[in-house]
Amino acid sequence: MKTTTRLLAVLAGTTLLTQAAAAQEKQLNALVWCDHTDEALIKPFEDKFGMKVNLKEYEGTGAALSLIEQSQPGDWDVLVVDGIDVPRVVEAGILGPLPTDQLPYDSLFPELVMEENHVIDGKTYAISEKFGYNTVSYNSAVISPDDLADMTRLWSDKAPGSIAVYDYYLPVIGMVAKGLGLHTDEITMEDLPAIEEALMKLKDNASLVGEVVASQTAIATGEVDILFGGGEWVTAGLTADLPDLDWLIPEQGAVRWSQSIGVFADSKQPDLAVEFVKHVLSPAGQAALATSSCYWAMPANSMAGAMMTDAQKDALRWDQQTDYLNKTELYPAPDAELDAAMQDVWTRFLAR
Amino acid sequence: MRPPPSIEGRDRRRALALAAPALLWTLVFFALPFGVMAVLSLWQRTDQGLQAAWTLANYAQFLNSPAYLQAALNSLEITVVVTVLSVALAYPLAWIIAVELPPRFRRLALALAVVPFWTSYVVRSYAWSLVLAKRGVLNGWLGDLGLPLLDLANSRAATVIGFTHFFTMLLTLTIYASLVQLPPNLRRAAADLGAGPLQIFRFVVWPLALPGVMVGAFLTFALCIGDYVTPQILGGGNDLALPQLVMLQIGRRADLPMAAALSIILMAAVTLAYLCMARWMKAPAP
Repeated sequence: MKTTTRLLAVLAGTTLLTQAAAAQEKQLNALVWCDHTDEALIKPFEDKFGMKVNLKEYEGTGAALSLIEQSQPGDWDVLVVDGIDVPRVVEAGILGPLPTDQLPYDSLFPELVMEENHVIDGKTYAISEKFGYNTVSYNSAVISPDDLADMTRLWSDKAPGSIAVYDYYLPVIGMVAKGLGLHTDEITMEDLPAIEEALMKLKDNASLVGEVVASQTAIATGEVDILFGGGEWVTAGLTADLPDLDWLIPEQGAVRWSQSIGVFADSKQPDLAVEFVKHVLSPAGQAALATSSCYWAMPANSMAGAMMTDAQKDALRWDQQTDYLNKTELYPAPDAELDAAMQDVWTRFLAR
Repeated sequence: MRPPPSIEGRDRRRALALAAPALLWTLVFFALPFGVMAVLSLWQRTDQGLQAAWTLANYAQFLNSPAYLQAALNSLEITVVVTVLSVALAYPLAWIIAVELPPRFRRLALALAVVPFWTSYVVRSYAWSLVLAKRGVLNGWLGDLGLPLLDLANSRAATVIGFTHFFTMLLTLTIYASLVQLPPNLRRAAADLGAGPLQIFRFVVWPLALPGVMVGAFLTFALCIGDYVTPQILGGGNDLALPQLVMLQIGRRADLPMAAALSIILMAAVTLAYLCMARWMKAPAP
């Protein structure tokens, strides 16, 4: 046998062995938000099951849908998705039913069960894992909370300070709707002109419209004094270094966001995927998720409190959650037509 | 008996074989994706997913939406300003390096010119946002000097500054490459024939270095008009640009057909710029 042929044979054999070894190693593919990438959350699960979790971060349900459309059936096992978008992804046949008897419903905050979003035709397709508020963050060294009690001041001629607006149309439109006295689940096409008018005035008063990092940076560096659409997810992780950063819920109320987790209908390893969901919903998993380096927010499982320090719970205002949950509404969950109209409003807001 | 292959035919086959990798690369990584994008731009996003509608509706939506047209106009304005500013700053810098500096310092000067390329593009943009911030480095200096503070952060001016910093260095390299090839004898001969410094520049140096200027200017135009990061970070969401609009379609609406249509429009602008500039990109006939 010639040397070249031998080399090729060895190479082919090595490749086959490597592929076989890779096939034997268990892997779970999860499409997640950035707060799921901390080792503190993922490594205990990988160690317990002796496998690797492949995480793909995304922002915005639209981006997730694009990724899924470009994937092969069975490529993905676990999906983290905006709570209000669960019906949309279930309708698209993306999520499969969850075994509710294995999940910690008894210890979830009651407002986070959200059957109207998670249960369709009697089957549960997702479960809440984390939640928080889109409201008003501010620098208390510069701005008095009294100045922000009435949020409509932010789109009036008497804006109390320099403003940034969080660049996500649903919570901000929901907030403006609350400011105009509307309920977020009752917004119609007829309400959009008034919402748009307020938004445009808000834009005139704002010096920045930014996504998560830009918003955080702006308020942390003093570039702006107020972040409209911000909340504990902006300030909680920064309070140790920047104690003046604070947030409040205006008298008109605010909106609540929540993220849900589910298993892909065409997952090739649904049992392992369910184990991952159970891990994320466990008290330890929830504590790690709540204090993720990407952003902090309340865990959906109230038992997570036992795994968190007092300082962490103070930063998240654990003891005030009942009051906050009462004052807030889920952010709008528009149908396709209203959603498109809202996005058009947002595009005009950005282009202004 | 078969005639022996002609030298001409053999050369043609050899040239084709040599060009094949480049052609294959262009086919796989440009022509094919471009074709897919062009087809996709004629589809529609509906509640049921992507539909092969074969319609120009996405292009019509672009033309009928003032916000979309404004985004395109913003992109064009920013790009033209950045290109002109970058050429204006890069030309003297390239001239100093190529002509005025002693040859032993040129390598150091060129190395300094490419230093900005060593850092990540995103990091560089965030660095500029800290420099231009209300309480940033620049205003710190101005305050120390007792001068009025500037409100540059989160504005078109910040976007232009961030872009210009990057592209001036890129243009310096392309213009330097043209200037350094000009034989000094040409300038001396023109001077001997009575031309003044301005005439030498206008009738000798400028025409001969123009291809380098235009190649750099075109690169600047193409990279600037398609850039998402800098307007997103430095513009503060106050000046929606076309690439940001493309990202909105993908990230928020999952509307790939509309994103594809906007990308085709972006490419049309780049192609138009190329056609306008192509005549000056060629080296002058000997």
